[in-house]
Amino acid sequence: MKKFKFITLIIIGIIFHSNLYALIEVDITRGNLNPLPIAVSSLYSDKETTEAFKKEVKIDKIGEEISLIIENNLRTTGLFNPLEKKAFLQKPDVAHLKPRFEDWSLIKSQALITGKVEFQDEKVRVEFRLWDVLAAKEILALAFTTVPNNWRRIGHIISDKIYERLTGEKGYFDTRIIYVSEEGPKTKRVKKLAIMDQDGFNTKYLTLGNELVLTPRFNPTNQMVTYLSYFKNLPRVYLLDIETGIQEVVGDFPGMTFAPRFSPDGKKIIMSFAKDGNSDIYTMNLENRIVERITNHPSIDTSPSYSPNGKFITFNSDRSGYQQIYVMKSDGSKVKRISFGNGLYGTPVWSPRGDLIAFTKLHKGKFYIGVMRTDGTGERLLTENYYQEAPSWSPNGRVLIFYRETKSNSDGEGFSAKLWSIDLTGYNERQVITETDASDPSWSSLLSN
Amino acid sequence: MIFNKSTYKLILASVFALLLSACAQKAAKIDSQIQGDVYTGTDTVEYLADGVPDRVFFATNESVLTTASRDTLRKQAAWLRKNSDINVVLEGHADERGTREYNLALGERRANAAKDYLMTYGISENRISVISYGKERPVDSGSNPLAWSKNRRSVTVKAN
Repeated sequence: MKKFKFITLIIIGIIFHSNLYALIEVDITRGNLNPLPIAVSSLYSDKETTEAFKKEVKIDKIGEEISLIIENNLRTTGLFNPLEKKAFLQKPDVAHLKPRFEDWSLIKSQALITGKVEFQDEKVRVEFRLWDVLAAKEILALAFTTVPNNWRRIGHIISDKIYERLTGEKGYFDTRIIYVSEEGPKTKRVKKLAIMDQDGFNTKYLTLGNELVLTPRFNPTNQMVTYLSYFKNLPRVYLLDIETGIQEVVGDFPGMTFAPRFSPDGKKIIMSFAKDGNSDIYTMNLENRIVERITNHPSIDTSPSYSPNGKFITFNSDRSGYQQIYVMKSDGSKVKRISFGNGLYGTPVWSPRGDLIAFTKLHKGKFYIGVMRTDGTGERLLTENYYQEAPSWSPNGRVLIFYRETKSNSDGEGFSAKLWSIDLTGYNERQVITETDASDPSWSSLLSN
Repeated sequence: MIFNKSTYKLILASVFALLLSACAQKAAKIDSQIQGDVYTGTDTVEYLADGVPDRVFFATNESVLTTASRDTLRKQAAWLRKNSDINVVLEGHADERGTREYNLALGERRANAAKDYLMTYGISENRISVISYGKERPVDSGSNPLAWSKNRRSVTVKAN
């Protein structure tokens, strides 16, 4: 599967870099009450470059297309308000050279992004600048070179750089989502592994739908994926290299293995193994294949997730009688229950920032996605619905993606499964558009770092 | 009127009991095919042989076998003893109102409850295999308590 091969982006030169003017700032902890007005000018491309792109990648207005990727990324954060291009007074090439700041402040823009695309020796070079309109200053300028087919990633990388410059936190745009694509009636649902860019483009299907597949998760350090497959009707955890398409069973367990996730260093898989009606948590080291049993309890222990430093594991257990969330040391010692609110708790997943655990809660027939501190205090429910579960963190720990199902009537009509995202603040809930119905999303790390 | 604490508690308890039985009656009226949260109807049941139902049903989040389930499994065991060349797969399932991973474990636990019971009635462990489908293969696609009760099941399927 060569198409998944990445071409490294090289930052060829920082034209101008300055941390001196911390003028515009976006406070991401506040929610989207006051999105920053920002003008994203189309990137300028000369005639030759425009023609080359038409020929090579069948894209008509490359400069505008890249600017639309950036606009869309910034808009979906809820933190920015990209302004209508129709209102722009300056042409892209002129603005990129030296913006007339009065023109941009006239349309109430506080920040401006300009740029230029060039086609040189079968490669594409893109440079962009971020300007503080009120201070009349350039605050960021970078250039990238890559192959033409990678043009959407340039838009994402620029978005990440702008987000980072204006919020002080890493972005999450040059990332992908792996999920389960769903089709057909509930009783005979066909499920395939699918992967797409974070903004819903470039969807690829990784399995054909011949066997049931569930719960794919990215390795945080590379392009490996672990998931559950019912291949030959034996539910087992698999490891898949999405660059080569090679897959293998994880371990040699005499029964169902499920609920897999990688350790933060990517070297282990942690999962449940079910035998004789009892599910416990195990790890397998991918380098030496050593299997370790982590829990040993007659209850159901599942949905394990490591803390980002690898020292702790949060998991789901019904040892108290009902599904609750627990934390233990990564060797299985010092097991401590942390969820004590009303209702059932499942799918705990540790934030990449380390301070929070996201979960699914079922209470009085409603499903909630929420977060709590790692000691169980400070529970906050972000969203309530008929059915939703399985949150996965954006790599910067600011956004959760999960799936939501609708109720069906007695004939099974009205059912759907869709991906949704919500900010940690509880604001900015939005559907993530997929080609088919979708569930079990998992967010990758940043592809370029 | 002055109540002492225990009389007060007693009154509270009886009010509760009344409320509970009222609820139960209401539920029973809505659907006579569910008793104590367990499906008791037959619409989705298939038969391994004459008089031998293929499945047993469970209460929400439970894997305890009901009296009716044990009766069904004894019939299955008797039939399996007579047909010693037949092996079976026990397929455990959960309803859609739970998280996917927990439901996979729950389905496995339910199928094993049925397996253990068959084994106590003399069916050899090596004739029985178990698979959990969690909530992935509902038999009724509705989103209502009756549909969910039909889906919380362990189904005995001939393996050969």
